[in-house]
Amino acid sequence: MTKKLLELEGISKSYPGVIANSDVSFDINVGEVHALLGENGAGKSTLVKTIYGLVKPDNGRMSLNGKHYVPGSPSEARKAGIAMVFQHFSLFEALSVAENISLGMESPPNQRDLAKKIKSVSNSYGLPLEPGKTVGSLSAGERQRVEIVRCLLQEPKLLIMDEPTSVLTPQEVQILFETLRKIKSEGRSILYISHKLEEIRKLCDTATILRLGKKVETCTPSKTSSNELAEMMVGSSIQIPQQKKREIGNILLSLENIVSKSINTFGTSLSNLTLDLHAGEIFGVGGVAGNGQDELLSILSGELIAESGQIKLEDRIITADKPRTRRELCVLSAPEERLGHSAAPNMSLVENTLMTASQSQHLVSKGFIDWEKTRAFTEKIIEEFDVRTPSIENVARSLSGGNLQKFVIGREIQQEPKVFVVNQPTWGVDAAAAASIRQAILTLADNGAAILIISQDLDELLEISDRFAALNEGKLSDALPTRDLTVDQIGLMMGGKRNLELSDAKF
Amino acid sequence: MLSFEKRPQPSKFWIIFTPILAVILTLIAGAILFSTLGKPPLESLKIIFWDPLFHPNYAAYSRPQLLIKAGPLILIAIGLSFGFKAGVWNIGAEGQYIIGAVIGGGVALAFYPYESIIVFPLAVLFGAIGGFLWAMIPVVLRIYFKTNEILVSLMLVYVAESILISVSQGLLRNPEGMGFPGSRNLNQYASSANNELITGTGLHWGVIFALISVIFAYFIFQKHTLGYQVKLTGEAPKAAKFAGVNPNLIVFFCLGISGTLAGLAGIFEVTGQAGQITSSFNSGYGFTAIIVAFLGRLHPVGILLAALLMALTYIGGELAQFQLQLPAASIQLFQGMLLFFLLAADILVNYRVSRKRS
Amino acid sequence: MDLSTINPALLVASLMISATPILLAALGETIVEKSGVLNLGVEGMMIIGAVVGLFSSIHFSNPYLGFVFAAIFASIFSGIFGIMVLYFKSNQVATGLGLTLVGLGLSSLIGEFLGSQKTELLEPVYFPFLSDLKFIGPMFFNHDILLYFSILLTLILYIFLKFSRAGMILRAVGENHDAAHALGYNVQLVRMLAIMFGGACSGLGGAYISLVRVPQWTDGLTAGTGWIALAIVVFSNWNASKVILGAYLFGGITVLQLNLQAAGVKIPVEVLSMSPYLVTICVLVFISVNGKNSSPGSLGKTFHI
Repeated sequence: MTKKLLELEGISKSYPGVIANSDVSFDINVGEVHALLGENGAGKSTLVKTIYGLVKPDNGRMSLNGKHYVPGSPSEARKAGIAMVFQHFSLFEALSVAENISLGMESPPNQRDLAKKIKSVSNSYGLPLEPGKTVGSLSAGERQRVEIVRCLLQEPKLLIMDEPTSVLTPQEVQILFETLRKIKSEGRSILYISHKLEEIRKLCDTATILRLGKKVETCTPSKTSSNELAEMMVGSSIQIPQQKKREIGNILLSLENIVSKSINTFGTSLSNLTLDLHAGEIFGVGGVAGNGQDELLSILSGELIAESGQIKLEDRIITADKPRTRRELCVLSAPEERLGHSAAPNMSLVENTLMTASQSQHLVSKGFIDWEKTRAFTEKIIEEFDVRTPSIENVARSLSGGNLQKFVIGREIQQEPKVFVVNQPTWGVDAAAAASIRQAILTLADNGAAILIISQDLDELLEISDRFAALNEGKLSDALPTRDLTVDQIGLMMGGKRNLELSDAKF
Repeated sequence: MLSFEKRPQPSKFWIIFTPILAVILTLIAGAILFSTLGKPPLESLKIIFWDPLFHPNYAAYSRPQLLIKAGPLILIAIGLSFGFKAGVWNIGAEGQYIIGAVIGGGVALAFYPYESIIVFPLAVLFGAIGGFLWAMIPVVLRIYFKTNEILVSLMLVYVAESILISVSQGLLRNPEGMGFPGSRNLNQYASSANNELITGTGLHWGVIFALISVIFAYFIFQKHTLGYQVKLTGEAPKAAKFAGVNPNLIVFFCLGISGTLAGLAGIFEVTGQAGQITSSFNSGYGFTAIIVAFLGRLHPVGILLAALLMALTYIGGELAQFQLQLPAASIQLFQGMLLFFLLAADILVNYRVSRKRS
Repeated sequence: MDLSTINPALLVASLMISATPILLAALGETIVEKSGVLNLGVEGMMIIGAVVGLFSSIHFSNPYLGFVFAAIFASIFSGIFGIMVLYFKSNQVATGLGLTLVGLGLSSLIGEFLGSQKTELLEPVYFPFLSDLKFIGPMFFNHDILLYFSILLTLILYIFLKFSRAGMILRAVGENHDAAHALGYNVQLVRMLAIMFGGACSGLGGAYISLVRVPQWTDGLTAGTGWIALAIVVFSNWNASKVILGAYLFGGITVLQLNLQAAGVKIPVEVLSMSPYLVTICVLVFISVNGKNSSPGSLGKTFHI
């Protein structure tokens, strides 16, 4: 008889302007591997934070082993037997494995006993670790082991794993699965958050699918096709729209075999990335965050220079060109992080305009800034893109997320670039603003620009891109015309399958 | 429970008002300080702040001192403001000030007793170059070796002080000085003298350059792309990279200007007010200028006003020392408190005090 | 030039005395920086410790009380710094400098009341048998208790940072304050405690100068020792065991150059007096080029919840 470990009833949570979870209910049984599926923005992380005591729900209740469960903090959740491995690790690079593990435990044993325990536990689960090694010297996969072993040493009843395989090599994924199976065999439960359909079908007993804050369904993945899972995740209402007839011209930008380092330790290196962008084309790159999106944009903006490979703008090689030069050549970009990267939070909109528009709009001559021109251009951006702000002199951080995004993207589009690369154009933006941003991008393409959109929003990519490829672990899949793509093919591509054949689509 | 809540937009009111609030708080604290020292608080404040400007008997003598004392402070603080805005911390302005004086003064003395109109300009030029080169040491070390400029520039202050002692006792010592350390009096050497241009105002070339530097800085920050890049680098380094700003250029530019202006302040001081190159001519202006820079909110006009205020505290402090036997150190403390109150009050610009229900 | 006038026993003994204030201040600042805070106010803390220490010592006719009060007052002052950077979120560099300037001013003020009063000196500690040794005795075993305390403190802090749980939490907070917070540790409290401890140590270091090394009040007594201590923290790579080497190296160079001056060595006096600072710069450069930068990950960054 399967016993219920954790029961969630009617969990709801909203933040200003956003409903994160709406009346979510499901159960996790003892000894079960339960998947939590959904795209970004579906509400997975809020729900999980609720279970782990980081967030208090507005409504609903949770029961652990039949008893009322209201964790006030992660510490209480840990004491109740719930452990979590975050997607972005809470690790201290300068400290050793043993010290990191000790810090995450409620009442750790002394260092020598701990070291022994770490060795035995990590080995028995197939995740060998050296207690004395500095975490900074470990690979991403090994770091995850530290997080996992830290949880296991607490003898958890429920282990929550947030997108665990996004940083693992295929071999490491296999090792992880073995480990998880062993954990399950000990009668523990696992809540496995992911959107990788193949893995879920292989590993998980049950799956709960969330979309837009609501629960869609709880099902048995092994008995459900990837196709059906993808549809539930993405919404079968997805219409692959009629593409407007747009003339696709010559290749404007081409990347050949680009190899680059990652931006930081949690980044992803790009390997052998090849793609062509045609004039008038919108090329959509999909994939879960952390698979090289930031690196791809930085390679194109000039902030990161490729170690090998070539980037060509028509006939000119621009691989090593600096950001200013690229802007002079009308290659513009809009990175994902708005405050701090694409906009300076404490500077006015006018000053932020100057940041990227000075080359194309000739706002600076002989070193002197033409503020009149800059203000005029800023006014144009505000007007064209309906940016709600009391004045152009307001600082960037005073704008709402949607308005700031309209400004940041509008600033680039208004410059009429030849090539435009954007990362997460409508992430966290309300529907109306998102629609207007997408329309602006379409219009830009109508006028002959080549556009690369990197996004985790499949609806959006399918709605407006001509071709689609998926970025996975720094590698780009083959590009396929969106028109011919089926939803399950997309899901598979994002899940890691690179060379698609039609036969894969059948289940 | 009171707590701080971040404001969506920095408060325009508080940007102007925090220095004023800081001054008011310091006056109150100063009054308390004076009364604990047994001096009448209100009278002390009057002697320090009011009399130097308006006292019928001696204001005419003390007013010109305002510009004389503010001049070097303005020059150095304007230079510092470039670096501070960009997050480049030049703590060693005192050293650049000293070296500027030594090199510029040395050049002037090399001409002695030859009188010529080119002596002074040449001295000034070399003073600027001296300060600039001394500032280039931390620049080079930072650009090529990534060494922190705070510690390097500071160590160089002590090195500069050693050099100063050495030259005032040796290389540049006045041969007719009867063995006392210190150079010839540059102020008495007509060609190098930096005298008042308009009697009774304290306006000497150093002050003129200081005013020019204020205009220059204002102009750069308002109109020039370098000023913008400096601001951007300090505000959002990632965005600066995205915009294509060259961080090494910014370090070079900021420390270069800082060193040059500090060097100028040095040469003007030894050819004017201080007169001689001695081991104590520097009076800590390089550090007081830091207070001036922050008090003036790193803004050229603000710095001008803050320097005048600081000069007032020096002059008034001397008067109070004389008339009330107020210890000299109390003025130094006063100046330090001003900085502290400003830094504390600054939070009101970006945060709002709010009452939260616990 | 007569090098024989340099007495090695005296040299080493004065080296140790010279190094002790630096050591104390640098140890304190190491703890502060390990927690992620950059406190440039060390010079200010030291000089406040110096003046308060001397003042209390004279007032109570007890130099040991002098040290106690020095530590307390310097700690309170650094607490003010702590409140400003942790809760008022003011810029750490500017506030630290402000602390130094206030400290210099305040100490100068208090110092004026001291004039040239002298204090009782600390008794040298007697080690049975060891202190009586012919050559080694006066070199190592004839010092005041605070000097031995500073060496002991080095050992204690080394063990604290490396082996204790509290030390580990301190390092974690300094390394990655967001992760520490996510794991439930009180970042601000840890930092405040570190700051106040650092202040106390700097105060002790300053008091050592005014009570043992000089031992009298002169304006600007500390003469940049606080800044040297900051540099030593950097070039010991934030490592307690290396801090003592740095402090003794610096103390050694200072004392050596004074002795060389006195012995009439043909190197110009100014070059000798500059040498400690030049050596510091060289070591800093060497570290930045070669050493791996072990600065705590969150050093100098403001923590926002």
